[in-house]
Amino acid sequence: MDSLSGILHMGGYAGFVWPAYGISILVLVAVLAASLLTARHAEADLDVLQRNRRARRGGDSETPE
Amino acid sequence: MHRFANPARFLRLAKVILPYSSGIAVVSLGLGLWFALLGSPADYQQGETVRIMYVHVPAAWMGLFCYVAMAVFSAMALIWKHPLADLLAKATAPVGAAFTFLCLVTGSLWGKPMWGTWWVWDARLTSMLILLFLYLGYMALVNAFDDPERGHKAAAILALVGVVNVPIIKWSVDWWNTLHQPASVVKMGGPAIDASMMVPLLLMALGFKAYWVTVLILRGRAEIAAQKIRVIRMAQIHAASRGE
Amino acid sequence: MTRKQRRLYFVLLGLATLGVAVALVLTAISDSLVYFYSPTDIVTQRLPEGRRMRVGGLVEAESLKKDGKTVTFKVTDVTNAIPVSYTGMLPDLFREGQGVVVEGRMEKDGVFQASEVLAKHDENYMPKEVADALKKSGQWNDGKQTHPSQPQ
Repeated sequence: MDSLSGILHMGGYAGFVWPAYGISILVLVAVLAASLLTARHAEADLDVLQRNRRARRGGDSETPE
Repeated sequence: MHRFANPARFLRLAKVILPYSSGIAVVSLGLGLWFALLGSPADYQQGETVRIMYVHVPAAWMGLFCYVAMAVFSAMALIWKHPLADLLAKATAPVGAAFTFLCLVTGSLWGKPMWGTWWVWDARLTSMLILLFLYLGYMALVNAFDDPERGHKAAAILALVGVVNVPIIKWSVDWWNTLHQPASVVKMGGPAIDASMMVPLLLMALGFKAYWVTVLILRGRAEIAAQKIRVIRMAQIHAASRGE
Repeated sequence: MTRKQRRLYFVLLGLATLGVAVALVLTAISDSLVYFYSPTDIVTQRLPEGRRMRVGGLVEAESLKKDGKTVTFKVTDVTNAIPVSYTGMLPDLFREGQGVVVEGRMEKDGVFQASEVLAKHDENYMPKEVADALKKSGQWNDGKQTHPSQPQ
């Protein structure tokens, strides 16, 4: 297992080893990305709401949601 | 225990832990992948397909670990009404489901060339498939109610009932004849895996654990923010109905 | 008793009841949870001829014979051995001395006609060099192991 083609060939089991790693990376990256995006969106939404509320309490001009 | 129940405290703790957990995940998964694919030898019987084990076995461990964590969080939520426990149980479920799914898929990809079949209905494989269904059932149930409180409670009960499956999975290979091989790492008389193969296995296991912590923090933050949004919206509706 | 304690005991009692119930059910249906029978089961229990079943054990050393596409070998659990005949593709892990599960029927002539052969892997993982070194130094522990019949 020195050359690149040897690594890609996986002793004849390339069709099993590479899909196993491919799907694992795909699924784990997808779950991580979805979690990161949800957290960012939820926190951004919360930020807007809290800022609006503070503004309203402060008696400033009403910002529409 | 209630010292950690405070969402503000969780968020502060999460902020400290996040850089470490994500750093450990990146480093150990990077190293683990290198050892798994390049830096470790082929097996004397299985040849290069042994490399599938470095994803399959840690994924199986995580599938079981996440389920136990989910059941413990659920019990804390039911018994002590711990306000964060429901959110953490809910945040763990998709991670556990993902690892269980990967365990089944990679196992199938190993089974076809080595056993000669993609799938058999032996006790180990069947009980692992039931674990995946428990996760999916939990995730469906927790979102099935308009009132999140009721969803949390119903799902927590399901998580606790399903926990009986965990020891069945663990010992299925000892209790019954199965096509699946018995445990190699955690067994009497020490592991039956050569040290050169133990390195990528443990690195991947550590990386997966750190990945779980990272995703749990992100999903926990999302859940806390969503809950605060609900509270603010409710207050606004109340204020509006009072004619402000 | 506080409400928290009551909830705690309720959950613990529920889990214990569930655990006992599941254990009883699993014990009752244990026979159908077994994926395969051993050759000794077949010999001693006199399972009916012609019934479809699975037999698992080791491929007996030096019992493997190839005749065109048909292979015959013996499945052994050391105490008893059963002759098997099979036509078709063998899995890559199939070799003498290794675990195997065959599915098929016991014929009147006492030969098990397999329609499916699955290789069973043991729990040992090591590089080839380590396996060779173990064999050379005589520390190879199970004794049933023979040289792989197929090159890796």
